[in-house]
Amino acid sequence: MSTRLAKQGRLIDRSQPIEFTFNGARMSGYEGDTLASALLANDQMMMGRSFKYHRPRGVVASGAEEPNALVGLGNGDRFEPNQRATTTELFGGLSAQSQNHWPSLDFDVGAINAKLSRFLPAGFYYKMFMYPRSFWKHVYEPIIRKSAGLGKAPDKDLIDADHYEHFYFFADVLVVGGGIAGLQAAKAAALSGAKVLLIEQTANWGGRAPVDGGTIDGTDPEAWIEQTLAELAAMDNVTLRNRCMGAGVYDHGYALGYERLSDHTPGEPGPRHRLWRIRASQIVTATGAIERPLSFAGNDVPGVMLAGAMRDYVVNWGVTPGQRVVVVTNNDDAYRTAITLHKAGVEVVRILDARPAGGGALMEEARQLGIRVEPGRAIAKVTGGKRVTKVAICAQDGEGGAQEDIAADAVAMSGGWSPVVHLWSHCGGKLIWDDAQAHFRPDATRPPLGDNGAGFVIAAGSANGAMDLSGVLADATAAGSAAAVAAGFAAKDATAPVTSENEEAPMLPVWLMPAKADIKLRMKTWLDYQNDVKVSDVQLAAREGYESVEHTKRYTTLGMATDQGKLSNINGLAVLADTLGAKIPQVGTTTFRPPYTPISMGAIGGEARGEIFQPIRKTPMHDWHQANGADWEPVGQWRRAYAFVGSNETVEQAVAREVINTRENLGLLDASTLGKLIVKGADAGRFMDMMYTNMMSNLKIGKCRYGLMCSENGFLIDDGVVARIDEDTWLCHTTTGGAERIHGHMEEWLQTEWWDWNVYVANITEQLAQVAVVGPNARKVLEKLGGMDVSKEALPFMEWRDGQIGGFDCRAYRISFSGELSYEIAVPASQGQAFWTALMEAGKEFGVMPYGTECLHILRAEKGFIMIGDESDGTVIPQDLGLSWAISKKKDDFLGKRAQLRSHMADPDRWQLVGLETVDGSVLPDGAYATGNGVNANGQRNVIGRVTSTYHSPTMNKGIAMGLVHNGRKRMDEVIEFPGTDGTIYKAKIVDQVFYDKEGEKQNV
Amino acid sequence: MSDPVSALNGAAFSGIATVEEAGLAGMITLRGDLGSKGLGAAVKAATGVDIPTANKVALSDEGGAAWMSPDELLLMVPYTEVEGKLAALTEALAGEHALAVNVSDARAVFRLSGDGARETLAKVCPVDLSAEAFVAGQFRRTRMAQVAAAFWLDEGGVFTIVCFRSVADYVFNLLSNAAHPHSKVGVY
Repeated sequence: MSTRLAKQGRLIDRSQPIEFTFNGARMSGYEGDTLASALLANDQMMMGRSFKYHRPRGVVASGAEEPNALVGLGNGDRFEPNQRATTTELFGGLSAQSQNHWPSLDFDVGAINAKLSRFLPAGFYYKMFMYPRSFWKHVYEPIIRKSAGLGKAPDKDLIDADHYEHFYFFADVLVVGGGIAGLQAAKAAALSGAKVLLIEQTANWGGRAPVDGGTIDGTDPEAWIEQTLAELAAMDNVTLRNRCMGAGVYDHGYALGYERLSDHTPGEPGPRHRLWRIRASQIVTATGAIERPLSFAGNDVPGVMLAGAMRDYVVNWGVTPGQRVVVVTNNDDAYRTAITLHKAGVEVVRILDARPAGGGALMEEARQLGIRVEPGRAIAKVTGGKRVTKVAICAQDGEGGAQEDIAADAVAMSGGWSPVVHLWSHCGGKLIWDDAQAHFRPDATRPPLGDNGAGFVIAAGSANGAMDLSGVLADATAAGSAAAVAAGFAAKDATAPVTSENEEAPMLPVWLMPAKADIKLRMKTWLDYQNDVKVSDVQLAAREGYESVEHTKRYTTLGMATDQGKLSNINGLAVLADTLGAKIPQVGTTTFRPPYTPISMGAIGGEARGEIFQPIRKTPMHDWHQANGADWEPVGQWRRAYAFVGSNETVEQAVAREVINTRENLGLLDASTLGKLIVKGADAGRFMDMMYTNMMSNLKIGKCRYGLMCSENGFLIDDGVVARIDEDTWLCHTTTGGAERIHGHMEEWLQTEWWDWNVYVANITEQLAQVAVVGPNARKVLEKLGGMDVSKEALPFMEWRDGQIGGFDCRAYRISFSGELSYEIAVPASQGQAFWTALMEAGKEFGVMPYGTECLHILRAEKGFIMIGDESDGTVIPQDLGLSWAISKKKDDFLGKRAQLRSHMADPDRWQLVGLETVDGSVLPDGAYATGNGVNANGQRNVIGRVTSTYHSPTMNKGIAMGLVHNGRKRMDEVIEFPGTDGTIYKAKIVDQVFYDKEGEKQNV
Repeated sequence: MSDPVSALNGAAFSGIATVEEAGLAGMITLRGDLGSKGLGAAVKAATGVDIPTANKVALSDEGGAAWMSPDELLLMVPYTEVEGKLAALTEALAGEHALAVNVSDARAVFRLSGDGARETLAKVCPVDLSAEAFVAGQFRRTRMAQVAAAFWLDEGGVFTIVCFRSVADYVFNLLSNAAHPHSKVGVY
């Protein structure tokens, strides 16, 4: 059984017991425990089931690399699936549920899959679900959906109770990893004066060193860590953050740190996670190394654990995973586990060392303690259901015959150590294969390159392949100093501490145990625990022709689970290489991508939720609109009132009322969102002529002209009214969504093509509140407010004047997008609401009502005016819309001119804008297509046009629409058909697009 | 003419830093040749300061000037004096290629002060806000979460933040959220 030991446990505080639950069962642990150590202390060895076969699984590691011990953590609005028990700090009231089981962890129906495992080989899904096609939807997918997935998704109706934030930080040197290498590298860099940020993913500093032993500067590692940490904390140029994982390294020294502030104290006020967005000149990756499992049959039975992890549980948390332990290894390090277990009073029944001659000094020490060591031996098979019960041992150099059975309840395995090269590799750092250690380590000659072509990442310590204490600290010292120098600081002599430790004998690569294990054993030999990939699966993939490690990964799903193959990667590609008869470095590794371990979606989103999820742009009259029934519509990031809905009407009724009232009395529209760009300079006229299709340079001061803008490809991109302000100044109105875009468009041409023209552009959209005063009574209300002369003679149609109305400084334009008598009055934004209020007050006797964007749309559609984004879509040219009159024939050039001469653009056989009137007065569906004769190559009916705008016109009390129709202008009075998605065929007659006041008399009074 | 009203009418929040809407400020966008003597003199006459160098703000009792780009300045003047200053500028610069426009009402202005001011800003702006890097007199145009913003630090340790008027609400809520009383980072 796994149990708490009477002694040991340097990280736990036995005076602080903590209660928690696992699958509803009450358990207890201590302050300083991880969920994994606490579960082991409660003899809960089995912590979940595997993804594919639902095999019982126990914890195999003690840190971020853990593939098995994933749980659903918390409840309700704080529930989160797939949390690693090994990196979850225990807290009072913690509630965890195991995953991938139904109905219970102990009895699971899905485990039947394991019995069928010979029918679920690599690539099973690809092979099986191809045929018959209909089975996919009705048979396979429902079954897979039910059995797939790791954790449960949180309840969709609940909102995460926590909040999150980002933090931007800049450092000369970022050191990732707070083990002894990171501490020493940070110190070496900081001594030179560089600004250093040191981050550590766990709550504790020092990494593995206190567990692994030896001495540093004559003291035990723990004392050295404490002292170094104190030195660093005392330096002004050093920032230390624990519980902050280096998640990713990106271009130009950008890195992400994932700080978990209150995962161990849930509900505490303040952010739960903080995502550090770091810019560093240099990044030192002191990310340590991960131990590799050994590939033997039954290596996934709960109780089989990495040797280093088992040592961690004893030393750090005072927990032993078993009472009778078999240690199996190909290197000296695992002897430390045997010695540690022995000294803790746990029986080590056998050390099986795959090396024919065994190990070095550590082996001798183990033997002297009376532990039985057997060189050249291996595990043939581990048996046990939910817990190891028996270990069959054999010769390593064999097929697994001549077995001896040993009763045991835990196995500590070590296949050697692989440097954590993830962060080194994220941004392109290359690896080399180290034959002696049988691992990939960073190739210092091929680091990730920064903007200056020089490397910006330096690996340090065991992350760089240094595997002993002296090597780690010497490497870290050099890395820290080198990083400071590369960041522009003068080298300071940082000296590596003096260390002592046992000499180790060379390790022996062992990729399969025993070396010639037969197929029965290989089919029980796990490589990837989380995705249930076995040695036999990778071998099958190789036999089926998969040579690329990237393809094999996807075919077998090796390394594709949430642990991203931290344990399985090297073992898997070694098996692949062996099967292919290639060398491991030739096969290579898969790509390492950020994040190092999964980070929360909350941290990625940061502050962007609730009312600050997105900026909402508000005009000066926004609050008034809100208080007066505005039914909002998003227009870009603006909110505009779609309609002002009264208490006794529907939105549709409100729109109809607004249309009729504006046509008959007086309507007010908040037009503040329309873009307003000032164009000024000696070359401004010339520039305006290039920007617009029509002539703008000859516009008289005081006058307005409607203009079109095209891209250099000839397509219509914006429209609006231009006003000539003075000799060298024009004011361009753009669409609401076009203000920033057209400003950028103008700046781009000025900065890249016509940089020698004397033109400046300024976006003054937000300086002004603009109100459209529309309807037969428009002049009356302005005259009542008093001030400037707004008569037909003083301010004719398509002209503007500066003046005062009702005491407000303003600019008044006689422009109309409705066909009615209309003024647009611009006042300073800070007086916009006051001006609006004054108009509403003065307008009472004239029947004033505010109107929204839908009324605006209907008014313009009744007049046949186009709307950018409705009638245009990026493929439409002005000529299609009957706007050839706005395209100057006199100008030598304008943006789009040349493109519009191309044969397809000049083709008369294009879709053209026309009016559409249903024969029964109904409203055409928006976006509906008109069908013609015949079918296309796909058997679909040929399409001859589409609806671009369609409304019920309250003025004419019938449906009106505009649409682009093939050769439309030659087809007047023809009735064409628009099949609706409701099964109805709508019939509409092609008519002139101007439905209302064709002569334009009403706007010109 | 009625009393002009700023976007948020003086809203305030206090957490690890204090966020206050500062009310209306007179602002003029000036584009032109920053090396020209005439422009330098006109700026001095309008604001009392010399043209600041790149990424700097020059402040006087009455206002100041901030460097926006190689050919753009933001002039700060008393709100009620904008039109007069604008007219004087336009006249003084009549002989050269320049553009001066009133943008006072296009903006919202916030003051951010207190011990946590640097950390509050560093949560929403990709800017090095350490005391060594961001010193008084520095001016920065940047991104504040999802909108454009600019800010400077004065000798009194107060940040003045300028954004577009339409997003005043967003910026105020954003800064208030970043200044949450329990969200001190503890590095500045």
